[in-house]
Amino acid sequence: MAGNPLQAPAAETGAGRTAAVQPPGERKIKQRRHPWRWAGVAVLGVLVAMLAHSFLSDQAYDWGVVGQYLGAGPVIDGLLTTLELTVITMAIGIVGGVLIAAMRLSPNPIVSRVAWFYVWLLRSVPLLVQLLFWYNLGALYPRLSIGVPFGPTFVSAGSSTLISPFTAAILGLGLHEVAYMAEIFRGGILSVPQGQTEAALSLGMTRRTALFRIVLPQAVRVVIPPTGSEVITVVKSSALVSVITLTDLLYSVQKIYSENYLVIPLLLVAVIWYLIVTSVLSAGQYLLERRFGRSLARTPRGGWRPWRQRGIPSGEAS
Amino acid sequence: MNDSAAEAREPMVRAVGVHKSYGHVPVLNGLTLDIAAGEVLCLLGPSGSGKSTFLRCINHLEVPDSGYITVAGELIGYREQGEFLIEASERQIARKRAEIGMVFQQFNLFSNKTVLGNLMEAPVRVRREPKAQVEERARANLARVGLSDFAGRYPGQLSGGQQQRVAIARALTMRPKVMLFDEPTSALDPELVGEVLDVMRDLAADGMTMVAVTHEIGFARDVATRVAFLHQGQIAEIGAPASVLEHPSHERTRAFLATVR
Repeated sequence: MAGNPLQAPAAETGAGRTAAVQPPGERKIKQRRHPWRWAGVAVLGVLVAMLAHSFLSDQAYDWGVVGQYLGAGPVIDGLLTTLELTVITMAIGIVGGVLIAAMRLSPNPIVSRVAWFYVWLLRSVPLLVQLLFWYNLGALYPRLSIGVPFGPTFVSAGSSTLISPFTAAILGLGLHEVAYMAEIFRGGILSVPQGQTEAALSLGMTRRTALFRIVLPQAVRVVIPPTGSEVITVVKSSALVSVITLTDLLYSVQKIYSENYLVIPLLLVAVIWYLIVTSVLSAGQYLLERRFGRSLARTPRGGWRPWRQRGIPSGEAS
Repeated sequence: MNDSAAEAREPMVRAVGVHKSYGHVPVLNGLTLDIAAGEVLCLLGPSGSGKSTFLRCINHLEVPDSGYITVAGELIGYREQGEFLIEASERQIARKRAEIGMVFQQFNLFSNKTVLGNLMEAPVRVRREPKAQVEERARANLARVGLSDFAGRYPGQLSGGQQQRVAIARALTMRPKVMLFDEPTSALDPELVGEVLDVMRDLAADGMTMVAVTHEIGFARDVATRVAFLHQGQIAEIGAPASVLEHPSHERTRAFLATVR
């Protein structure tokens, strides 16, 4: 596979076509020009200038007010609630998602159909409706209790005391996220070649051990990019919890502008925070992807050469 | 149970009337075969003759439609109760599989683990053996296939031949009673075939019971104790390599050997 067999045929064809083997550099190469790119730059430049002019001169933006509220106590509290919701929702989503994905791929038809039904139901009902449903659970089941079905109860409590707005938000966002994460993990598991499972089984592992020790760790690499998207989606869709009176980032600025009517500057405050959070998360995703690409690199550990990972031969042989 | 234990020399692998179809396509047609301990059996045959399917039935990766297989006198995939064979639980099947080593055409090394990790995973996780003891055995097996210096590498960093030698070492680290080889050199570049066959030769000389699906006629002639030619899911011809390969009695065997040479 090394130099010789590769070079031999090149020499043969070279004898037939002498023009092709002229040493490089003897003839000048003219690079293609891209006039439309420059036209595009000009159009974009004008648009950006117009936007910037509007940002800076338009009174409605009122950057002074934006700066004043960006670090205000209620806004930071709202931001922390949004982050808290995101972390808990994703934790539920990932744990539940692995479980539902594993159930979906189970050879047991009852187990796999239950998982299918779960994904079907929770993906079909709008998140907003699910949040309102959990928030108003008390109207459907006024009391929640633990006990023997159709028999005596051991513990019982009122739904409205058990389910605070925060609990309702976690239930709504979390259970909804489980359905989406389950599909992401299912895709990741299916992306691992069947031979990996067969090899694990042939060594005496059970299906479960093979899944958790061999298949899932390899699926992680495929799962990270869509999961990164999901985290960002959750950061933003958590803004829906304002309808169940939970003070997240959006609701906190809404409360402020309902009093002082500075709608645009306060919405800008929320936008800026969403942009910051999303940027930090994207950077985190990049680092995670780099970490999990490790075992697939063709070079030994330590010598990280990203250009080798793209499958472009580095041309050491020639 | 008692009659089988009473037999003087139990075959290492015994297949009795194994049938298997995929949909309406029959692949194995009542295949019956005994393989003695220490024997090296090479399975030859055209594609679709059922060689690989039979191999995968031995460790129950494929479940026969009827018939049964025993390894070292124990039923694979079932337990006996009177005249019935009761399907075994997943855990029982896994325990039997742990005693049967298998080497695949595509190597199937765990790409998320280092070479040493590949060898140690099953003994540590499945058999719960102490790590230090397993590591010692794993390193000895790596040395045996000539890859001591590669313990810390990942499979993606090895050539095909090296990967297949690691796969053999991985199976050996479970101390199997039988080794199954499913076209172990078919996915290799021609100049890498030799290093894998050398390891297999070494194993055979060591007295390991081996069943190999292969197209390496030279290997079959030199190493096999018997060669079986499969045709339409049955054994068309079986015997010493010299007689089957040099003087095939079955017309199909002759035609096949003519195309392989």
